[in-house]
Amino acid sequence: MNRYPLWKNLLVAAVVLIGLLYALPNLFDQDPALEISGSRRAQVDEQTEQRVRAALAEAGVAIKSMELESGKLLLRFADPGTQLLAKDSLETLLGGDYTAALTLSTDVPGWLRSLNALPMYLGLDLRGGIHVLIDVDMEAAVNQALERYSGDIRTEMRESKLRYTTLTQKDDAVVIKFKDAATRDRAVEVIESQFRNLLLESVDAEGAYLLEARMSRSEQQATRKFALDQNITTLRNRVNALGVSEPIIQQQGDRRIVVQLPGAQDPAKLKELLGATATLEYRLQDTENSVQDALDGRVPVGSKLYRTRDGEPILLKKRVIVTGNQITDASSGFDQRSNQPAVFVSLDGPGARRMRNITFENVGRPMAVVFIETRTETKLVDGKKIVRKTPVEEVISVANILEPFGSRFQTTGLDSPGEAHDLALLLRAGALAAPIDIIEERTIGPSLGQDNIDMGFRSVMIGLLLVIVFMAVYYRVFGLVADLALVLNLVLIVAVLSMLQATLTLPGIAGIVLTVGMAVDANVLIFERIREEIKLGNTPQASIHAGYEKALSTIVDANITTLIAAVVLFSFGTGPIKGFAVTLFIGILTSMFTAILGTRAVINLIYGGRRLEKLAI
Amino acid sequence: MRILKSPLNIDFMARRKLAMTVSVALILVSIVAVILRGMNLGIDFTGGTLVEVGYQKAVELSQVRSVLAAAGFEDVTVQHFGTTKDVLVRLAASADGDEAALSNRAFSELNAAVDGSAQLRRVEFVGPQVGDELTEDGGLAMLYALIGILIYVALRFEYRFALGSIIALVHDVLITIGIFAVFQVEFDLPVLAAVLAVIGYSLNDTIVVYDRIRENFRKIRKGDAESIINASLNQTLARTLVTSLTTLLVLLSLFVFGGEIIHGFALALIIGVVVGTYSSIYVASSAVLMLGISRSDLLPEKKEGADIASDGSQV
Repeated sequence: MNRYPLWKNLLVAAVVLIGLLYALPNLFDQDPALEISGSRRAQVDEQTEQRVRAALAEAGVAIKSMELESGKLLLRFADPGTQLLAKDSLETLLGGDYTAALTLSTDVPGWLRSLNALPMYLGLDLRGGIHVLIDVDMEAAVNQALERYSGDIRTEMRESKLRYTTLTQKDDAVVIKFKDAATRDRAVEVIESQFRNLLLESVDAEGAYLLEARMSRSEQQATRKFALDQNITTLRNRVNALGVSEPIIQQQGDRRIVVQLPGAQDPAKLKELLGATATLEYRLQDTENSVQDALDGRVPVGSKLYRTRDGEPILLKKRVIVTGNQITDASSGFDQRSNQPAVFVSLDGPGARRMRNITFENVGRPMAVVFIETRTETKLVDGKKIVRKTPVEEVISVANILEPFGSRFQTTGLDSPGEAHDLALLLRAGALAAPIDIIEERTIGPSLGQDNIDMGFRSVMIGLLLVIVFMAVYYRVFGLVADLALVLNLVLIVAVLSMLQATLTLPGIAGIVLTVGMAVDANVLIFERIREEIKLGNTPQASIHAGYEKALSTIVDANITTLIAAVVLFSFGTGPIKGFAVTLFIGILTSMFTAILGTRAVINLIYGGRRLEKLAI
Repeated sequence: MRILKSPLNIDFMARRKLAMTVSVALILVSIVAVILRGMNLGIDFTGGTLVEVGYQKAVELSQVRSVLAAAGFEDVTVQHFGTTKDVLVRLAASADGDEAALSNRAFSELNAAVDGSAQLRRVEFVGPQVGDELTEDGGLAMLYALIGILIYVALRFEYRFALGSIIALVHDVLITIGIFAVFQVEFDLPVLAAVLAVIGYSLNDTIVVYDRIRENFRKIRKGDAESIINASLNQTLARTLVTSLTTLLVLLSLFVFGGEIIHGFALALIIGVVVGTYSSIYVASSAVLMLGISRSDLLPEKKEGADIASDGSQV
């Protein structure tokens, strides 16, 4: 009696082995590291390695190790503080041709990595970093689409020589006013053939013949989806430029975007990039007219008064040469002749043509870059939240046109490599399809992350120890078997988390602690049953058998209800709650395996198939 | 080792009137506290900005306050977090809406006051709309969890058991939330997760007791509902206490060693486990008894008997 068939023993042994294997990578150290990679123009080689080594030695930054592997330089540091220090000093040294990305590097040997055995993926609260939740203004996206239609319809009317009195945008419609019904009918034909996605409606009102054009519902939906996708792409480009090795940019819900930057520490910099719906315009400076006149209110026709970042007034021509959408690439580096910091810009075809024509006529004149961003402000007025968006226009650089240029050109006259770097970032960032609004932001410092890991680990270990001692004292041999199962359960939770690469957060660790406490429940149920059976006068072997048998349905019922709670938590939860739900869910499943099959296998090995007088329970 | 001497024969059900009075009183206090005092909601729910600053050595809160006041910050709450070296600053929403600048400025003022030796441990900004959504989603999640459990228990047992377990759950959740309201302990996102986990834990306990009640109704042919429920409670009491004890052991470890961030979470679970253990014995079992459970309801072969529970109680 109480012997397991071979396959069951093998199954338990196999699960234990696989569990140990996949939990193993977590024993290796993880170091904060910098990964330096080159762009198309620059390669990482031994020379770079020497430069980096020299620069860090000069800055007094200690490197733990440095290795050059497949065109990438990996530097490891003792702590995140040193890592950030190194990043700052290297960014100035290397300029825009290289990126230095914050990352974590493990010592896990290659054979384990080839089995896909990796350490658990630590959440931001454990490794430090920035989490930002962004709301995309979908209404604005639809509005912008409608504006584009207005412009297109206007052009179409002009080209078809159809006269209208006014063309306005009212709520969700473009309203065109005609003098007579015949023109309107012709306009309907033209618009219908050109813009299939618009819904047209003719309205007669007090002698006016109106035509209302609306976007269809599916078109509106497509516009929203496009806006969100485009924003995610743009944000990804902007975030990649920040140099973080594993940024997460994900859609959440139907209008939100989550951005997570592990290891990053400067939310202000991130928000400068994210928070703005930035567009750029290259314009010529108006040098013929006086800035003072414009300040006094006499702004010349065809020009507009701007201010630079320092607040200096400057007069620019209204005519735009190229806009930010036409910039295909921008990077920072050093001018080869003067060795000054410079920004290299590439334009697309139409942009390059315009730029060539205008610079050809204006050699020697100054050209300015205007940076236009939309800032969102939320104010409380009479207890109501009012969101106001204000465009902020700033001249971010003014430079003389030295010679005519087209698709590729460079801007010099910048104060520092850092400024060149930032300008390149701004130029490259591209346009967002719809304004965004940061609605949640969390920054966790590296020291707090490490503290959280330490405290989480300590509380798991102490909790585990307390339960182990209690069980051994209370149930003796059976208690020790349950302890074995408990430890195995912990190994399995870690293994499954590592395999799934699910994010481990502090609440996740709390979930593990909780399952440690609850995992013994199944064993308690079984052991109490066995005690009862013995009390009823059954033989030890029969008591073991009956104990496991009778407790099984109770264990399953009790655990399924907890699983329901875990699933609800997961489906509702945001970051931290999800982490808790995941470990709780995994912990319940693995504990059922270890507490039922695992302990039974061991108990059978100890007591199975022999005559027993009494049990140590 | 045994905690309890056997055979146990405690007459739990005889004291159910007293237990019910205690439970109802606790629930009333909780509801009144939530309505009158309100919850001390964390910024996850209210929105706002929070800055945690780590100092090299212990720092006086009044000092931190005066630095912030001198820098023109109004409506600021300052408290120690975990140790006297850690300070948590909660800032009211800024007038111009630029939260990043706000937290940056607050930290640089504080840092300057100690000659740059302070460390920025964390910054959290939650917009007002996120908080509103969270409150709504949290309520919904609790509702869904209850409905899911109601359906499962009704299918596996019987509707009276489902109702009984829901009564016990609502009891546990209300009292846990009530204690947070009475003592004005901060209620944040992890605490909400803990309350949802309490639902899972308390139910676990209740189900084990119900399982035994069902088994005994089928096995023991004599005796009324009350005595069978009593017998079941006595049989499962050792297990109920041992499991609660092991869970409390790890939770205490979490509370003491897990750090300040996890304090509220551990506290909510500790309260939940204690209340849940009590409710699985008194509330859940009394509820099924009062709902008029009888042997015929649980016998698989006979369908829904019309007989009234032998103690005469009926709902």
